[in-house]
Amino acid sequence: MNTKPVILVVDDESQIRRLLELTLQGSGFDVRLASTGNEGVIMAASERPELIILDLGLPDMDGREVLKKIREWSSVPVLILSVRNGETDIVSCLDAGADDYLVKPFRTGELLARARTALRHRLTKEEKEVFTNRILSVDLSARTVKRSNELIKLTATEYALLALFVRNAGRVLTHKFILEQIWGPAHAEEAQYTRVYVGSLRKKIEKDPANPKIILTESGIGYRLSVED
Amino acid sequence: MTNEQTRPDPDALLNLLQKEEEKEKKGKLKIFFGMCAGVGKTYDMLKDAHAAKSKGVDVVVGYIETHKRPETEALLSGLSIFPRKTIQYKGTTLEEMDLDAILARKPELVLVDELAHTNAPESRHTKRYQDVRELLDNGINVFTTLNVQHLESRADTVAQITGSIVHETVPDSVFAAADEVEVIDISPEELLKRLEEGKVYTPERSKRAIENFFREGNLTALREMSLRLTAERVDRQLRDYMAKQRISGPWKSGQRLVVGISPSLRSISVIRWARRLAYTMDASWLVVCVESSSALNQNEKDQLSKNIKLAKELGAETLTTSDDDVAGALIRVARRQNATQILVGKPIRGLFSQSSHLIDELLAKSGDLDIYIVGQEGDTERAGSRRFFPQIQSILPQYAIASVIVLVVALACFPVTRFLGYQTVSFIILLTVSLMPLRFGPGPVLVAAGLGALAWDFLFIPPIFTFSVGRIEDVLMLGMYFTVAIVTGVLSARVRAREKAVRQREEKTSALFTLTRDLSSAHSQDEVIKAAVANIKKFFNADVVVVLGDADGEIASSPHTASSMKPDAKEYGVAAWSYWNEKHAGKYTDTLPSAEATYFPMSGPRYPLGVIGVKLTQKLTSDQENLLENFIAQISSAVERELLSEISTKSIIVAESERLYKTLFNSVSHELRTPVATIMGASENILHDLSHGSLPTNEEYAKEIHLAAERLNRLVANLLDMTRLESGMIQPKLDWHDVRDVINSALKGLDKELSGHAVTVNVQDDMPLVKFDYGLIEQAITNLVHNATVHSPEGTEIEVNATHTERECIIVVSDSGPGLSNEELQKVFEKFYRAPTAKTGGTGLGLPIAKGFVEAHHGTISAKNRLTGGAEFSIRIPVDPEPGKPKQEHI
Repeated sequence: MNTKPVILVVDDESQIRRLLELTLQGSGFDVRLASTGNEGVIMAASERPELIILDLGLPDMDGREVLKKIREWSSVPVLILSVRNGETDIVSCLDAGADDYLVKPFRTGELLARARTALRHRLTKEEKEVFTNRILSVDLSARTVKRSNELIKLTATEYALLALFVRNAGRVLTHKFILEQIWGPAHAEEAQYTRVYVGSLRKKIEKDPANPKIILTESGIGYRLSVED
Repeated sequence: MTNEQTRPDPDALLNLLQKEEEKEKKGKLKIFFGMCAGVGKTYDMLKDAHAAKSKGVDVVVGYIETHKRPETEALLSGLSIFPRKTIQYKGTTLEEMDLDAILARKPELVLVDELAHTNAPESRHTKRYQDVRELLDNGINVFTTLNVQHLESRADTVAQITGSIVHETVPDSVFAAADEVEVIDISPEELLKRLEEGKVYTPERSKRAIENFFREGNLTALREMSLRLTAERVDRQLRDYMAKQRISGPWKSGQRLVVGISPSLRSISVIRWARRLAYTMDASWLVVCVESSSALNQNEKDQLSKNIKLAKELGAETLTTSDDDVAGALIRVARRQNATQILVGKPIRGLFSQSSHLIDELLAKSGDLDIYIVGQEGDTERAGSRRFFPQIQSILPQYAIASVIVLVVALACFPVTRFLGYQTVSFIILLTVSLMPLRFGPGPVLVAAGLGALAWDFLFIPPIFTFSVGRIEDVLMLGMYFTVAIVTGVLSARVRAREKAVRQREEKTSALFTLTRDLSSAHSQDEVIKAAVANIKKFFNADVVVVLGDADGEIASSPHTASSMKPDAKEYGVAAWSYWNEKHAGKYTDTLPSAEATYFPMSGPRYPLGVIGVKLTQKLTSDQENLLENFIAQISSAVERELLSEISTKSIIVAESERLYKTLFNSVSHELRTPVATIMGASENILHDLSHGSLPTNEEYAKEIHLAAERLNRLVANLLDMTRLESGMIQPKLDWHDVRDVINSALKGLDKELSGHAVTVNVQDDMPLVKFDYGLIEQAITNLVHNATVHSPEGTEIEVNATHTERECIIVVSDSGPGLSNEELQKVFEKFYRAPTAKTGGTGLGLPIAKGFVEAHHGTISAKNRLTGGAEFSIRIPVDPEPGKPKQEHI
């Protein structure tokens, strides 16, 4: 029985496919390759991968279309590959159910880290209730937030925001997603809310709020709770 | 959330009621839903049928396909089966469900297998689901089966996954309208086992099926898809339930409120009331002022503009329209704006009060519109104080009222003649008559004057009660009285006419002024058209369509997107005629007058620029026509202006890109080739070493390749940024961001380059959020910092400081290098300029890109030398007032 996790790579560039294949195989993954969106959709069903790496610029159909089709039946994690300056596309994919993204050219180390995070989320389906790193420890079931082992007080909104990050640790969260989750769909466009509250949250939990290490900013896309220590 | 807000949406409720009402009479549909053939839908359906039968339900089998599966066939026994209808078609015999026989027999429940089936040709319906619909419509309950791949919305994806195209589909609405959906779910493994055991198909067919459609991966996907669909259905049902049970959820009422106001203090309370109502109804509201032909005094004008301002402040849209028929105008606006309610202030009832009229008329004409009449607080004004005489609408009552007034005055004077003397009475009557032109036209005034004269003669001039005049001074007096009355009447009529003309001219001038102002502030053809449409709409109260000519002089194939109506093919033909012939056409013209709108061509220098269609509701007066012509002329010249400027911009862009192309070739080809050469050389060495069986001698090659690739990557990024800038495609996506954040991101991206430098960041403590495009400003800062690392020796400090003033946010990047020479200070932001002392590896693009990105924010970038040595680059971004912050809370 093959226990290696299966990763499906959908990219039309054979060089990128080859690079991803080598990199992922070298790290113990079983890699399947598709070079068109159509093939990607078919293989997403037939190969039952545990992760899909999907390029947005495909010749036969828009990467977003591929994502939409796959999401009709599957909640397999999808990692989007996009070129620089494609923030709008990335955000719309994330909002349409993609799990993470990488910008080309990417570093292979980064790729593997993202792939592992996505897979971890796949494995631990239930949302995380606890988060700890060197500075911060959060326990959602006990509703406690400790910084360097000292309890800190957060406002209701700050806590809700932190809890959202903890439940989605390591994943990129778009501004829209955060706004909808915390302030409701009516406020989905008011991005300044997240800026203000992330700012005040950082002041309370980060060692150096000017140089945040826990809640990271993803340029033009949103925020991510770092899972690296 | 308050209770008002959780009110169920009336439309949604109505829908729900209709759905339920239809269902009362109709039969119920239950769908046995599965991921594919062989999961046991028919089997389960038959079991359910038996259960129903045992409860005494009259069940018959309309059509069942057992596929010769023994378990299924066994279940058929005991049920009454309708014989199938046979249809002869091209020599073959086809069997179908006998719809008519079932309808005639009218059982309680019919079993109909395979909902997606396509009927034999020449059947009543082409699809079986249509048969089922007919059964339901006749009050017969139906059990049926359906596979996920047959749902129209999913057929495409299924075809893609499985590679077999689905021809037989059922609209999703049928699925959505089912009263009950039961998912027949078995695991793919179990299904495959059943296939292999021959329980689904014959062994040979099974083998083929497993190789094609029934691959395990496919089955998992199909299963997941069918489960999700059912989940979505449950979700929708929940929403329906919430709507019915008034469980709070996001209601959108789609209501719109029209509020009529007047130039009166009392309207303020009406406006406030309307706001509360609109808020609780979650409706949008439009405040309408109807100006009548009578002029307003200064106080009223001021009050009116105050009222409108208040409405705007409270979030209303506002609109001013002119019409003597206030009620008609309000209803017209309400209909046009799709409003559902009209709200007006409660009138002060008075003898001649016009507003009481208004309410009656509103009620009479409003039809299905709801009318709200609001009590008005703070009434400090006396009713009708403005009007000395009530305003009278039509002309006939004017004659009557004028005559009555004169006669009443004359009669009133009669008893007091003794004290006043009859001459004085003539002055009183004269006074009355001379006041009349304020309210009445010249006709009624003259009649009143004549009547007054006669009454005076008859009642007052001795001998009284005769028309004879005894004394010569009385004759004179009567003559003078007539002359004065007539002169007054004529003069005041003339004054009124002039006043009206002046007002119209004023309106016309202000209309033209507004148009010209809007047009000249428009910066593109689209904006010009938008302004034109808005202005014509506003002043002529008509829908507008604009069709432009394209670059080849042909008329565009679709109207401009700013148009407020969409012409059909016929209307388009009229527009095209007007375009090609450069003449008016359409309604109220001699050409194609059956059209809905009137079309005016916009003439251009070589070929027509386009055509504007205006959907007028009535023929224009010559003055209005004149104004519209003026409008069209103004718009034409604005469109032409933009066209020419677009052409010249294009030629500038062409020239610029040529220059870029040349410089690129001369200076960048070198920069591109260097890293490529390194990569090729180093990788070749590695390959060579490998092919000779030896391991690469050292890792230096790999490092060189990596460095070269990074350099190449930076260059490509710069070139792409430059191309974006040059092509004018940079449109900053402005949003509120934290300046600290963007500086951090920039520095993080430069980790490696900064390893040899000490970096300090200082951001002013009270730095507010600033509106900018995150990516662009990050890149600008990155380029400045990168520039600093290249131009200052290792081990020195680089500072990034951010401060703000009320007007701008200033980000300064400074280094401790040698600073800039005079030549460098001048040229540092020029494209491809490289400082003579610069290290290799730069492109001369970093700073110009930073400049371009900052300028795209209407900001500035500057370079100077620090007093302490080193160069200093400053970015200044203009600051908007900060946005509404989320409500502060306490811990």
